[in-house]
Amino acid sequence: MSCIIAIAEQSDGKLKKVAGEVASEALRLGKSANLPVVGLAIGPGAAAAAAQLGAFGVANAIALEGATLAPYSGEAYAAALAAVVKARGAKLVLLGATSFARDLLGRLGALLDSSPAADCVAISANGAAFTARRPVYAGKALQSVAFAASPALASLRPNVFAATPSAGTTTSVETLAPAAPPAKCGRLVERVATGGGRIELTEAECIVAGGRGLKTPETFAKLLEPLAAALGAAVGASRAVVDAGWRPHGEQVGQTGKTVAPKLYFAVGISGAIQHLAGMRTSKTIVAINKDKEAPIFKVADYGIVGDVEEVLPALTEAVKKLKSGG
Amino acid sequence: MKVTVCVKRVPSTTTRIKVAADGKSIDETGVEYVLNPYDEFAVEEGLRQVEKAGGEVTVVAFGPEAVTKELRNTLAMGAHAAIHVAADATPRDALATAKVLAAAIAATAPDLVLFGRQAIDGDQGQVGLMVATLLGYAALPDVVKLEVTGATAKASREVEGAIETSELPLPCVITTHKGLNEPRLPNMKGIMAAKKKTIAPATAAPAASTSSVTALELPPERAAGKIVGEGAAAVPALLKALRDEAHAL
Ligand SMILES: Cc1cc2nc3c(=O)[nH]c(=O)nc-3n(C[C@H](O)[C@H](O)[C@H](O)COP(=O)(O)OP(=O)(O)OC[C@H]3O[C@@H](n4cnc5c(N)ncnc54)[C@H](O)[C@@H]3O)c2cc1C
Ligand SMILES: Nc1ncnc2c1ncn2[C@@H]1O[C@H](COP(=O)(O)O)[C@@H](O)[C@H]1O
Repeated sequence: MSCIIAIAEQSDGKLKKVAGEVASEALRLGKSANLPVVGLAIGPGAAAAAAQLGAFGVANAIALEGATLAPYSGEAYAAALAAVVKARGAKLVLLGATSFARDLLGRLGALLDSSPAADCVAISANGAAFTARRPVYAGKALQSVAFAASPALASLRPNVFAATPSAGTTTSVETLAPAAPPAKCGRLVERVATGGGRIELTEAECIVAGGRGLKTPETFAKLLEPLAAALGAAVGASRAVVDAGWRPHGEQVGQTGKTVAPKLYFAVGISGAIQHLAGMRTSKTIVAINKDKEAPIFKVADYGIVGDVEEVLPALTEAVKKLKSGG
Repeated sequence: MKVTVCVKRVPSTTTRIKVAADGKSIDETGVEYVLNPYDEFAVEEGLRQVEKAGGEVTVVAFGPEAVTKELRNTLAMGAHAAIHVAADATPRDALATAKVLAAAIAATAPDLVLFGRQAIDGDQGQVGLMVATLLGYAALPDVVKLEVTGATAKASREVEGAIETSELPLPCVITTHKGLNEPRLPNMKGIMAAKKKTIAPATAAPAASTSSVTALELPPERAAGKIVGEGAAAVPALLKALRDEAHAL
């Protein structure tokens, strides 16, 4: 019987946040396309993670676990996932648009002969025909894509689709052995955690980003990091300060950096160049702090303070601390 | 070592997007096209690898005649050969593009194939991995560090909360991310040398799209915001607005 497959990203038996969003969207589409939803988890801990899909109302799931899946290999993972998708005759396959999907979506497209849509912000069903909406040109336009092949394949941008908790569903999990990997496989040899528990930019609900207006790497650290800490926010940066070597590449927000859409984005000492806006303009609320009241960033900001970072940031940090401590 | 690099021609990052009359594509009037910024990292990396190990860099582009300008640019950076796979006016999705490129790449018998992380027009980030899969090569996307020793590539990429390093047997596909290197600018000697290099024409292998773009729209404008005040004195008003109005705190 045909179905919609929700690939549930997990790590060591724990579902990633985006898995709930993917499962909920799959169920919503399943209702309108009249197709059952099957959860699919892969890798060490897959069975335990798949069982947690009940929290979103997924009644049936498949777990792929086996020796060829540890250590991680994109080739082995893609082959195993594609085999299940084929065997189940899925009409639609969804996964979260994280680095997991960045390594797998294109491969699945080639293995299943269906060009996927990456980083979608909406999926609609007309019967079992699916259309995706996705940002292109760094969010300067939105494209609608109709899938002509089956299964349709799409990755969903995190934090865009609502995860809908559903009490009382028990997931029945079927554990399967993965299909054989292809002859040539890469494999993971080392994993080094970055930032000691720091919040990842693309997952953060709040981001404090700094630009050249912070003057030096030292003032960036001294003024901006405490505000981020007080807000429980991730730190972002403009390309100007990344290129100057003040901040690591991983913190760059923009067209050639990360695309983020947090609930709250602070642009501090950032002018608001079009390439920077491309990476953050879909944030829910944008705050700009800049000494130049003509700075383009004020055109996209919901709230702005015209002022010097040296004066505004310490005051803001203190006020946030007070607010968070219940003042 | 034989390195093949795929490059695409895209609207420059400063382009203001206007929707064309067909309602599905961009109005190209006045649009300035450039080499996809991520593909510059790919070309640079190819050059660095052969500077270390010896060998040649071949650059491949599938696109309209105009893409020969970007190809010429990569030759001026130091690439040894270029192949232009001519595209007709039919739009191709990522997989159809990958099929065309896979055939052209296979003909170059590479040890290493480099792609940009994503083309900044369609923002898909898929073609490299598709080509690898079609050719049966191992692959790693979004690479910020690459070392090739003997028949193995050791490559690192940043994932949520970690840097992961993988080993891949050659030939393999790597897609390049910012941080991998600093692309060089072509110098006068390179530009002169590029004039003498030929761009080999090639015809596209037949490949049909399995998806189609049905509409292109501009996103809704953000409503004009407000300046809550000046200097530190504006902080209380900002926090009040964030808490009570935007419900963001
Ligand atoms: C191909 C390409 C890709 C690019 N990709 C990106 C990208 O991904 N991300 C990105 O960010 N950029 C990108 N850029 C660069 C972009 O064009 C800008 O150069 C960059 O964003 C500027 O960074 P900035 O705002 O920190 O610096 P500036 O433009 O120098 O702005 C500094 C701001 O700080 C303010 N300021 C100065 N002093 C103070 C003070 N004491 N207090 C308060 N405010 C102060 C100034 O008024 C000014 O507005 C790209 C460019 C190109 C060509
Ligand atoms: N038409 C093309 N010709 C050559 N290379 C391409 C083409 N389209 C995409 N690529 C390569 O594939 C990468 C990823 O593209 P995409 O999957 O479209 O984001 C680009 O950075 C290029 O290296």
